[in-house]
Amino acid sequence: MKVVFFGATKGMGRALARTMAERGDRLFLLGRDPEELEKTARDLEIRGAPSPVRFAPSDLSKPESFGPALDEAAGQLDGLETVVVTAGLLVAQEQLETDPELTNRLLSADFTNTLLFCEEARRRLLAAGGGTLCVFSSVAGERGRKPVILYGAAKAGLSRYLEGLDHKFRARGLKTVCVKPGFVNTGMTAGLRPPPFAGEPDDVAPRVLRAIDRGTPEVYAPWVWGQIMFAIKWLPRAVMRRINF
Amino acid sequence: MRNEPYQTEFAGWGRYPVVTGIALKSENLAQITETASLSRGLGRSYGDSSLPAAADLPVAETTLADRLLAFDPESGMLTVEAGVSLRQLNRVFMRRGWFVPVSPGTQFVTAGGMVASDVHGKNHHVDGCFGDYVRSLKLRVADGRILTCSDDQEPELFKATIGGMGLTGHILEVEFPMRRIPSPWIWQESQRMANLDAMIAGLKSAAEAWPMTVGWMDCLAKGPSLGRGILIRGRWAEPEEASNQAPRFKRPIRVPFPFPGWVLSRVSMNAFNMVYYAKHFQEVAKRIVHPDSFFYPLDMLGAWNLIYGKRGFTQYQCVLPHADDNGPARRFLDLFTSAGGMSFLCVIKDCGAEGKGMLSFPRPGISIAMDFPVHPEKTQTLVDRLNELVIAEGGRIYLAKDAFTQPDHFQTMEPRLELWNAVRRKWDLQGKLRSAQSVRLLGDAE
Repeated sequence: MKVVFFGATKGMGRALARTMAERGDRLFLLGRDPEELEKTARDLEIRGAPSPVRFAPSDLSKPESFGPALDEAAGQLDGLETVVVTAGLLVAQEQLETDPELTNRLLSADFTNTLLFCEEARRRLLAAGGGTLCVFSSVAGERGRKPVILYGAAKAGLSRYLEGLDHKFRARGLKTVCVKPGFVNTGMTAGLRPPPFAGEPDDVAPRVLRAIDRGTPEVYAPWVWGQIMFAIKWLPRAVMRRINF
Repeated sequence: MRNEPYQTEFAGWGRYPVVTGIALKSENLAQITETASLSRGLGRSYGDSSLPAAADLPVAETTLADRLLAFDPESGMLTVEAGVSLRQLNRVFMRRGWFVPVSPGTQFVTAGGMVASDVHGKNHHVDGCFGDYVRSLKLRVADGRILTCSDDQEPELFKATIGGMGLTGHILEVEFPMRRIPSPWIWQESQRMANLDAMIAGLKSAAEAWPMTVGWMDCLAKGPSLGRGILIRGRWAEPEEASNQAPRFKRPIRVPFPFPGWVLSRVSMNAFNMVYYAKHFQEVAKRIVHPDSFFYPLDMLGAWNLIYGKRGFTQYQCVLPHADDNGPARRFLDLFTSAGGMSFLCVIKDCGAEGKGMLSFPRPGISIAMDFPVHPEKTQTLVDRLNELVIAEGGRIYLAKDAFTQPDHFQTMEPRLELWNAVRRKWDLQGKLRSAQSVRLLGDAE
């Protein structure tokens, strides 16, 4: 499999990219910091990704970087097949409530710019005759919840967008995989109080990879979060208002 | 935004003591070590080695910095970020025929921690400590500089950092050679040993023929059975002896919650020790075993430290010089049992030559390690008495296990401390790098 990976330097992206490397997938990395990309590329090579793993700069806050980065990836990989997006931004709700500038950054990163990136990827994948677009959304978008109102709103929008893409373009060969991770212990969530059933990136990676291989349109990870969200989705409004989940 | 300092509770593997402090956690070690006073990996040292000296001194958590940076498949030379775990290294390299030159008894340690504690393993009698193999380290020293040290560059700092408990600089990267193994499986022989003399004689004779040895002792047995246990000898299996399948890495079964205090009593420990000894029916058992069960038998039970409940526990490990009559080890066990000490199995191992690390724990002799639950008054007295005996016998203790030793005891048993202190001060004039342990034992400021 040939994979363009936006966000492989950290967290769940790092774990997923490693799982791909271990089975020998060809990887091309997109990210903000060239030094971090370089180190991650070496790590993936040692773990089994065909050498060399190349990379190009792309910044979620700079939509103009998306097109050229994807073109370079397509050139280096000799065509696009799978595009994975794990990049994103998480800021605590309390912090966002007093900082409109930060709110704007979060909404642009997690919604507007992620969609703009997906659009660039979609056009190129369709032109190449199809492929897979796998994007990390979140269970935070399933219900309006007190600790993740703004982040959840952005992820809700992202999930709907990915669902729409899948409905419209699957017949033309573009499979969309929307990943909805629950609480996973990563640098992004360090310092937040982990709820019961907090998972590890290594639990998420194999499940997501299977979803990519099969073209599953929606996947919760770790597994248990599918069950948890099923219950949460059906909780009456009056209950949601009282709990702090 | 994440990657900001946050407040959290810190404890070592013994869950005693527990302190509140500030953590910094990021994939980028260079960034978080700028302001941190200590680095901490997986927190597998038992006592207070990885705990902050004070509640306002941030600790850099290294576990997200876990990348493999360079590997030479010809020589086996590997460079890793300090936060990579031994479990990761085993997962990636074992099936390719490589293993670390020295492995401690758990794989839930980081490369940085292996250097800072200068860990040893079942092969110490022939291969020495992990630090003896380290070719170079990338360190952030107290004045903020990032530098490389090795036998040729800043050799004093290099030797002080190996076994230096993270007090000489933040370890960012470690370069060391992996070692070729014929297969990922282990040929193991285990033998019942009736008492301490038999055990030590068994360890010594096995040392001549076997690359890896260790003994498990029932340290509740008294009198003529004092020191009885199981001696384990092992070597890497040859490909034709073992399965050609790679060993599967199982997930540990986690202890779900801290057990109530009554679970661990003299009766239950006695029963456990007796069963462990008695279930080894044969005089000698020989078989091919999974590398995890040979190297890391306790890792199969995740969070086994919770068995000791909320009160926590401590591990006491010392090394005592050899003696023809095994007097030091016998007096030690006698004191332990007569002082009312009780422990699940304890581990006995003969150590080889002293390593390169200036404060490295092992020295030629017999090392004994035992776990016991923390008791508000008794534990301090017990550790004091054990330390007095260790001093009288000319031995020393392992800082990675310690939470109770008194500073004067430690300073008496460590004549090497002065030299190490001088190197440490040279690189850290203001005493910026410190831990709860260095405050307790070395007189650092809180």
